[in-house]
Amino acid sequence: MQVNETFTPTIVAFCCNWCSYAGADLSGTNRLQYPANVKIIRIPCSCRLNPMFILRAFQRGADGVILCGCHPGDCHYTTGNYYARRRMTLLFSLLDFLGIERERTRVEWVSAAEGAKFAATMNDFTETITRLGPNRRLEDLRCKEV
Amino acid sequence: MQRSVIETAASLLETGVCTRVLGWKTGEFFYDVTPAVFTSAEEVRKDMVFTPFCGANLSKYLIAESRKEGKIAVFLKPCDTFSFVQLQKEHRICRENVYAVGVQCPGMSDPDALKALGLKGLTGCVQEGDTLRVDTLYGEKAVPLADALSLRCRGCKSKRLHDCDAIIGTQGKDLQTSRFAQVEALEAMTAEERFAFWRKELSKCIRCNACRNVCPACSCETCVFDNPDSGVQNKAAASSFEENLFHIIRAFHVAGRCTDCGECTRVCPQHIPLHLLNRKLIKDMNTLYGVYQAGADFETKPPMLAFTLEDPEASIITQGRNGQ
Amino acid sequence: MKTWNLSQLDDLFAAIAGRQTLYIPADAAGQPAFTRWEPGLAMTRALNTGRSAKDLFFPQVENLAAFQISGKTISVSPAQSPEEDYVIFGVRACDCRSFDILDSVFLAEPADTFYQARRAHATVITLACTEPEETCFCTSLGIDPQAPGGDISCWMAEGRLYLQANTPKGEALLASLPDLGEGEKPETNPSVFDKLPLKDLDFSVFQEKPLLDWFNSPLWESLSQSCLGCGSCTFVCPTCQCYDVRDFEGGGTVRRFRCWDSCMYSDFTMMAHGTNRPTQKERFRQRFLHKLVYHPNNHQGQIGCVGCGRCLQKCPISMNIVKVAKALKEGSV
Repeated sequence: MQVNETFTPTIVAFCCNWCSYAGADLSGTNRLQYPANVKIIRIPCSCRLNPMFILRAFQRGADGVILCGCHPGDCHYTTGNYYARRRMTLLFSLLDFLGIERERTRVEWVSAAEGAKFAATMNDFTETITRLGPNRRLEDLRCKEV
Repeated sequence: MQRSVIETAASLLETGVCTRVLGWKTGEFFYDVTPAVFTSAEEVRKDMVFTPFCGANLSKYLIAESRKEGKIAVFLKPCDTFSFVQLQKEHRICRENVYAVGVQCPGMSDPDALKALGLKGLTGCVQEGDTLRVDTLYGEKAVPLADALSLRCRGCKSKRLHDCDAIIGTQGKDLQTSRFAQVEALEAMTAEERFAFWRKELSKCIRCNACRNVCPACSCETCVFDNPDSGVQNKAAASSFEENLFHIIRAFHVAGRCTDCGECTRVCPQHIPLHLLNRKLIKDMNTLYGVYQAGADFETKPPMLAFTLEDPEASIITQGRNGQ
Repeated sequence: MKTWNLSQLDDLFAAIAGRQTLYIPADAAGQPAFTRWEPGLAMTRALNTGRSAKDLFFPQVENLAAFQISGKTISVSPAQSPEEDYVIFGVRACDCRSFDILDSVFLAEPADTFYQARRAHATVITLACTEPEETCFCTSLGIDPQAPGGDISCWMAEGRLYLQANTPKGEALLASLPDLGEGEKPETNPSVFDKLPLKDLDFSVFQEKPLLDWFNSPLWESLSQSCLGCGSCTFVCPTCQCYDVRDFEGGGTVRRFRCWDSCMYSDFTMMAHGTNRPTQKERFRQRFLHKLVYHPNNHQGQIGCVGCGRCLQKCPISMNIVKVAKALKEGSV
């Protein structure tokens, strides 16, 4: 696939309040660079992520959606991320089954101490989505017209 | 079979075991039966039927009916009993108010299957062994019973009747089927081909909600798509996104609870193979989290309400299986 | 009468499509639907489309206006009325009658301009039925499936298509197709229509008794008992015309659109105080009394049903206008 130099993707990152959001904060205080087009939405726990949120992010212009939460075993609520893991695996598989590019969605576990991992993950994910190009298969044209 | 169903229903009412019977009522034609509640043996003898066209799964009506005064008898085919158990597991049915009669099922036929064979103007039908003699406005046609089977019955997963108070016919067994064959065929396609396939199918959707309203697993009091506060309420798919959204969420919301009864595809007025979405999820859960059949028992924890420390990461999907 | 060789039907479609957009009933993913004709698109062999022909005048979703909000100003851009001339080929007599029923609602003052524009720009070519389904009962509503009406009526017989213009618009279209031959259609023997199981339905009784007798019938309870509250019957019905008006906020622009609605839905005509039809019984009663009593009462006895049989085929629980009408009639004796 040809790399689209002018395309700047919109990335939505759902971050759990306890680990990944703090990880994002740490990457900021450490002055690590990650693309400004990553929009972070804080959620109380990775298992709060309703599949509807992901689809609606795509509807409203996201080109990639990533979920970040505490590492398995480290969930603030003990088990939330284990449920999230099953749900996201299944949802992503269903999206794949419908022919949506499977690399457009991702789950990554980022702890509060992993500022560097957060920045690296966002850089990598943005690069992947830039390579994939704009989201066409889950877009809603009504949201693109001005 | 028809006679014993009717006689059982009539005697349950006459002996006072129940005050109402939930069964299938005859219609204008041989195939257009309607689920109905009968309150007297006389009504039962007059209008109740059990034919190869009684496809409707009656278990969902029990959510409301089992909350009414008095006991209700219900007739359930094997696949309907899976829904019956699943609904109890979710505490949606008051079991003590239900007298469940399991009816062994030879596989249900479908008028759409007859029409797909090129038959027009169906006016009558008689079963003779493995053959259906169908009267049409354009003469009589003989059809092998197997060709008239509805789509879901061609991949029947089980003839086992679960949690019944009485059984008509014999208790059956779980069957080995190739019900995932079409899911596998789709998986073998490229993402582009799959996308094209589903666009073609889902763009036919008229959002009549028949798939949702008939589904025994869809038993929310207010659906998220009907709730003005949900932000996704819609009465029509105003864009291709909304077509996808509804069907993705509908399938996902019943993941781990769907018994694969196939009602969604049976009722779709636009003939969209909706069961494939549910079967894909069932197949994935079986592969990833161990084989599970919703409604097969009361004990096993549904996969979406459970986890193990060793569950695979979502990256097995997003990074591609088999290093694709 | 004009005539054309059926084996060259494609050429006729191409000739029409060369002048105006043409819609024909074609199989789309296994489901017949009115589809924009393009070279290679074949007409369906099915009797009728899954959805009715009303879609072409009253689409399921139609944009009404767009609003742009910037700062404290709102600019409104109303949607343009459709202005393209088009031809619909292969409309059956039942669907053609449904246009009269829709007209009586949408063209009554104040006229619905979107519907009006589509009607004005369309040329309807109807097609006579020769092979009805068992669910057909248009004849009991005074419709002749062999004289289907519209701007041009068509018959298929003995390998030829016969066309008869009924209106100036139809004549103009036929005149623009110079290669048509002349001929008289052979007499056909329509004995199959006498065998239709539902040919003797009588709906006149619904005008003979007061509205409230029907409204208060105790039968509604049992008739509506198994209704799922889905909208299949409504959405495949050629005469159902209720719609909802909604806004979609898409970030930069707010879109106002209308979409089909169904009185079978729990949120139909939902208001701040709630709904005036709290259970499925009231919703179910509304749908059938609208067709059998309210619409005829308001429109010189015109029944709001055309006997196309779609609801008989599509209802998930096989409850339909025929069963309802028969039960009410028997219950009233």
